[in-house]
Amino acid sequence: MRMLPGLPSSIGFMLFSQAAAAEWRFNLPPPQTEIATRIHDIHTFILLVCLAIFVVVFGAMFWALFRHRKSVGHQAHHFHENTTVEVIWTVIPVLILVGMAWPATRLVLAQKDTADADLTVKVTGYQWKWEYDYLRDEVKFMSVLATPREQIDNRARKGPHYLLEVDEPLVVPVGRKVRLLLTANDVIHAWWVPELGVKQDAIPGFIRDTWFRAERPGVFRGQCAELCGVDHAFMPIVVEVRDEAGYQAWLDEKKSGMARAAADAERTFDAAELKARGEKVYAANCAACHQADGKGLPDIFPALAGAAIASGPAEAHIDLVLEGKAGTAMAAFKDQLNDADIAAVVTWERTAWGNQGSVTQPADVRARRK
Amino acid sequence: MDAHATTADPLASTHHGAPRGLARWLTTTNHKDIGTLYLWFAAVMFLVGGLMAMLIRVELFEPGLQVVQPGLFNQLTTMHGLIMIFGVIMPAFTGFANWQVPLMIGAPDMAFPRMNNWSFWLLPVAGALLIGSLFLPGGAVAGGWTMYPPLYLQGGISYDLTIFAIHIMGASSIMGAINIATTILNMRAPGMTLMKMPLFVWTWLITAYLLIAVMPVLAGAVTMLLTDRNFGTHFFDAAGGGDPVMFQHIFWFFGHPEVYILILPAFGIISSVIPTFARKPLFGYASMVYATASIAILSFIVWGHHMFTVGMPAAAQLFFMYATLLIAVPTGVKVFNWVATMWRGSMTFETAMLFAVAFVCLFTIGGFSGLVLAMAPVDIQLQDTYYVVAHFHYVLVTGALFSIYAGIYYWLPKWTGHMVDETLGRWHFWLSAISVNVLFFPMHFLGLAGMPRRIPDYALQFADFNRIASLGGFVFGASQILLLWVILKCIRGGRRAEAKAWEGAEGLEWTVPSPAPYHTFAQPPEVK
Repeated sequence: MRMLPGLPSSIGFMLFSQAAAAEWRFNLPPPQTEIATRIHDIHTFILLVCLAIFVVVFGAMFWALFRHRKSVGHQAHHFHENTTVEVIWTVIPVLILVGMAWPATRLVLAQKDTADADLTVKVTGYQWKWEYDYLRDEVKFMSVLATPREQIDNRARKGPHYLLEVDEPLVVPVGRKVRLLLTANDVIHAWWVPELGVKQDAIPGFIRDTWFRAERPGVFRGQCAELCGVDHAFMPIVVEVRDEAGYQAWLDEKKSGMARAAADAERTFDAAELKARGEKVYAANCAACHQADGKGLPDIFPALAGAAIASGPAEAHIDLVLEGKAGTAMAAFKDQLNDADIAAVVTWERTAWGNQGSVTQPADVRARRK
Repeated sequence: MDAHATTADPLASTHHGAPRGLARWLTTTNHKDIGTLYLWFAAVMFLVGGLMAMLIRVELFEPGLQVVQPGLFNQLTTMHGLIMIFGVIMPAFTGFANWQVPLMIGAPDMAFPRMNNWSFWLLPVAGALLIGSLFLPGGAVAGGWTMYPPLYLQGGISYDLTIFAIHIMGASSIMGAINIATTILNMRAPGMTLMKMPLFVWTWLITAYLLIAVMPVLAGAVTMLLTDRNFGTHFFDAAGGGDPVMFQHIFWFFGHPEVYILILPAFGIISSVIPTFARKPLFGYASMVYATASIAILSFIVWGHHMFTVGMPAAAQLFFMYATLLIAVPTGVKVFNWVATMWRGSMTFETAMLFAVAFVCLFTIGGFSGLVLAMAPVDIQLQDTYYVVAHFHYVLVTGALFSIYAGIYYWLPKWTGHMVDETLGRWHFWLSAISVNVLFFPMHFLGLAGMPRRIPDYALQFADFNRIASLGGFVFGASQILLLWVILKCIRGGRRAEAKAWEGAEGLEWTVPSPAPYHTFAQPPEVK
């Protein structure tokens, strides 16, 4: 067990920071789509039915508990069968269940209707981040947790969206039917945003689809809902719903950003620039396992600080990042990161924490791609 | 079997008694000894699994990572689940079956006494493998007790050890189940027809068939995991043409009947306790039997409700939703029958009865949340959230575990020959019953508000309810030490128990002296 050294002081931090953000929520969050609204309503309906049954059945039981006890002198009546009663309390629940199943059936069919979408986004789950690919617009990016490590380790005050904030949200237009195609790269994840009424597992090797149509602009937050390894708690989902103009502006900016990134692959960077970029890429993609200090987790994730790979030939290091390592949690990053990012992160790993390896350029990475 | 010993002979325990010391427990073929072993094994594992739960609640006391880092947290939740299911609830019920089934049907022992010994002694081996894996490089399994691939394919050596442990526990369960079913079908006293058996015996007969049907399915599923991990097969690896979701289908085909394996014997215990303290026969005995059987049969066709979010076709979602809702009918019948048994009785509230009444009430809350989860469209919101955690802890803690408590308080006089300290028992009951609700009820709100399960750290809006749940958890955990005290005190002494320890108790087990002699019913009793 790894104990946190600064525990006592961090508790002081926590008590202070929580007081403001705490709120009491007893029910599903305010629904933002028609589907989520119908889920909310069916839940309320069933809850009321259950409450009514509870009051009737346990009203009777508690009546008996107080009236039919030996200490008040009640004598036992030795009846033990009554077919009429048995039939009644078999048939009534069946009728109640049919009444509950009817609206649920209609809702299942609506949830499953992914036809006629206005926009299709392919969502890929990675350990531990999401990739969004706007298929028709050729816009594709990773979305990773933006909460700083200091907040998680109680060394800094937690922000209002602690663990529910990402660097790049999924941006969609308001009022449009957005169809999501979900898959995963490594293990099963689940894409879930409660306000939108959407949860769908992302399964490696298979594509599943679901949909939502947000009714008003806003920012809606969710989390991965399927245990996917050590950082399962740290791969949130943020959906930003914008009006049509805002969405178009975002899309244009994203496209020009993609063009800039493509140009980066042709450039030669100086070492300082690579290290600065590499530190960011490392924090977003590598630190979950190998840790921010490069020391890894003993027996689970190997250390990079002082590792042979970081001072040996750069080609082997680049290959490992590109292709991953079969049979371990080390993923292949060739489809996740571009050449400039891989060059940057490899440079960072080879020069940080006292490592004495060489600097690599995007061209070196390109040369190793098969 | 010693033909000369009779039920009433108090010397039976000495002239054909137990060997002394460790050898007695290692070599015993006596159903009472083996029942005791099962129950103590469950108690030890309960302590281990409980300590893990306490650590989980410590970490979840407030947001941020404090005491347990995510890797260890996942190991704790996974091991907590495996230990509580396979190491506590199942062995405890098998312990009850060993002690009570022969006593209740007037049999001298179990049908296969040597196999009985072996099926118990496999368990500590499996338990040691499981717990020992915590100390291996990389730690214990961390992929959740449901063991979903491909995540499960990523782990280290402890994952293989856990598969091995599950194989061993499965073999133990299957042998135990065959033994219990054979005993019930072949060794009933003359005159005890099937429809005269105590309901506890009925529920265990049906449970035994469920075990025989589904434990091999689990063994198959984990064997495929084993070969995927070590021998290059691709059952669950899409890269080799496999399907990760196929594992979930196979696992839950085991897993849902398993849920009833964990609750049907509880129904049996409660159906023994309530009539005793209501001083009135069980209402609707026949319908109770039919309801139990229908629940067992339906349990084979509802597994898909654990998988509503994998993206199955609408038709499959609807089928599993309807089938699941159907289970509410026989379960409802049971609850109504228990209430009708109490109705116009002459009730007293010894600790056993208190736990039984709490069971009926709180298990039903778990049933209601099950109904909510059965609704496929609503389950889309609640799948893999704390709502599910709340649901299955209501059915497994205030359900299965409370029934075990009721059974312990009910039969301890028969096992030890001493009455239970009711004052301590009441303290144990009230502390447990209140704190368990403080622990688990807020989890419904957490799940509705959007907190996923199996996370070591959470967003700030979940802080308050988590803190309340943790406080409830600490009190609940500490209260269980009282139970240990009650049991030890009862073993060491106390008011002597009559053969019929409770005024309203009915059944063959109350015709033999308390404590039950080492050998009982060498001459079968006559049942009219």
